[in-house]
Amino acid sequence: MNKIPNNKAWWLVLPMFLLVAFSAIIPLMTVVNYSLQDIFDQNTAYFVGVEWYQEVLRDTRLHDSLLRQFGFSFSVLLIEIPLGIAVALMMPTRGWQASAVLILLALPLLIPWNVVGTIWQVFARGDIGLFGWTLNNLGIDYNYTSNPLDAWLTVLLMDVWHWTSLVALLCYSGLRAIPDAYYQAAKIDRASRWAVFRYIQLPRLKNVLVIGVLLRFMDSFMIYTEPFVLTGGGPGNSTTFLSQTLTQMAIGQFDIGPAAAFSLVYFLIVLLVSWLFFTTITHMEKSDSGSKYDK
Amino acid sequence: MINRRTLGMLIYLIFVLLPIYWLVNMSFKTNEEILGQLTLWPTNFTFDNYITIFTDASWYMGYVNSITYVAMNMVITLLVSLPAAYAFSRYKFVGDKHLFFWLLSNRMAPPAVFLLPFFQLYSSVGLFDTHLAVALAHCLFTIPLAVWILEGFMSGVPREIDETAYIDGYSFGRFFIKIFIPMIRSGIGVTAFFTFMFSWVELLLARTLTSVDAKPISAIMTRTVGAAGIDWGVLAAAGVLTILPGILVIWFVRNHVAKGFALGRV
Repeated sequence: MNKIPNNKAWWLVLPMFLLVAFSAIIPLMTVVNYSLQDIFDQNTAYFVGVEWYQEVLRDTRLHDSLLRQFGFSFSVLLIEIPLGIAVALMMPTRGWQASAVLILLALPLLIPWNVVGTIWQVFARGDIGLFGWTLNNLGIDYNYTSNPLDAWLTVLLMDVWHWTSLVALLCYSGLRAIPDAYYQAAKIDRASRWAVFRYIQLPRLKNVLVIGVLLRFMDSFMIYTEPFVLTGGGPGNSTTFLSQTLTQMAIGQFDIGPAAAFSLVYFLIVLLVSWLFFTTITHMEKSDSGSKYDK
Repeated sequence: MINRRTLGMLIYLIFVLLPIYWLVNMSFKTNEEILGQLTLWPTNFTFDNYITIFTDASWYMGYVNSITYVAMNMVITLLVSLPAAYAFSRYKFVGDKHLFFWLLSNRMAPPAVFLLPFFQLYSSVGLFDTHLAVALAHCLFTIPLAVWILEGFMSGVPREIDETAYIDGYSFGRFFIKIFIPMIRSGIGVTAFFTFMFSWVELLLARTLTSVDAKPISAIMTRTVGAAGIDWGVLAAAGVLTILPGILVIWFVRNHVAKGFALGRV
């Protein structure tokens, strides 16, 4: 749709802009302010310039935490995106089954995040949880409170349980938008199931997959509540992700300066990765302009 | 082929439902049974855990508080997002692209690290421990989402409709309320659903900005850890009760939710 140039439209945007700016810009500026000062109490603060930035960029604890975070986010994407596509392909398309499956799948998305942690905390325990109990009785030595690997896998499984539905529902809505004519054409050409997926369904899923990958990357990169409830970051540091390290720094040890400095670095990493991903995709789209969408 | 699909779907659904089943199962048990023998179905079926919650004001007020700020957030979000989304879908204006990207970038700020400034900001304007504070704070990520979804739905309405209405002598306000809003009803429903969803599941900001009067249920749940250990039964019952509003809300928008998940852009 071609839009009319009209600067008066700002009046329609203004209330929204002011409201978001209030909650966005003031806290952001406060964080910038912290990151440049050494704060002792309310009235004593020294300007230290970029010292905190230099310090946090050398801090090995933050490096470890950042690495763990990237490892976790990549594992999440690697599992949830293919699994979500597979689930979307299996979902029934009409009748009451379609509505029922839709609602059941959306269920994990509607549970408060700390309750998600609680559910898995209970579910995975060896003594009172079905999952942990079953594994132990099958002879697998599983205990997420003492074994770092088990803890990490449990957090990953919890995230897959929690968020794969989002990818699946996104892909499902993408699949529903493919006109029947495409499938009929494929039938006439006797295309294999794989060919239908590769050349009809997957290209049409690109838009929703971009949204899905972005959302999943951002949210998994900022994960805090669920592992905090489930494992408290332990055992050791195996499930202490970036948000939690920063919260420990800021509130636990009251190192506000370094914590603020790293928060900004953290924010920039998320922005940068999202932006890179987004531009790469749109760039690819431009280069093969032959596959224009018919809408 | 069909059978394999159905089988796969069933397996995935069981994976989704098992942890929830376990929670529901636990909520109907006594603590002795939970900590004793592992049972797939409560042997001493009891409603005690639910009765505890519904008779204790410090428990059920948590639900009232949560629902209050979620509802306030939904109203505020829709009120300011509707005109903004209309502007984005119909007009070009100075800085529109940058504004849109800035809006979305708010979704990328890690909330855990902005807690302290948030707390200071809302304390300094005297909103600390009010429902409004939480509702406003949640606007930070519900408004960008709402604008994005609504803009998608609005772009699907041809502009000729606007122009015809103006020629017929409608003012902007009357056109918007009488004609335009009814046309994107389903979009508004879906937006309300997503707003609900993100505001309902968020805990960190809600917990930081409240202490007594507006404390959300998810923060009250940590109370079950007492001197005598964790009261698992009540914890499970409280958890089950947080899932119910979500089911109710999604039931209303079930026919539009697929389109909504693609943010109105499929």
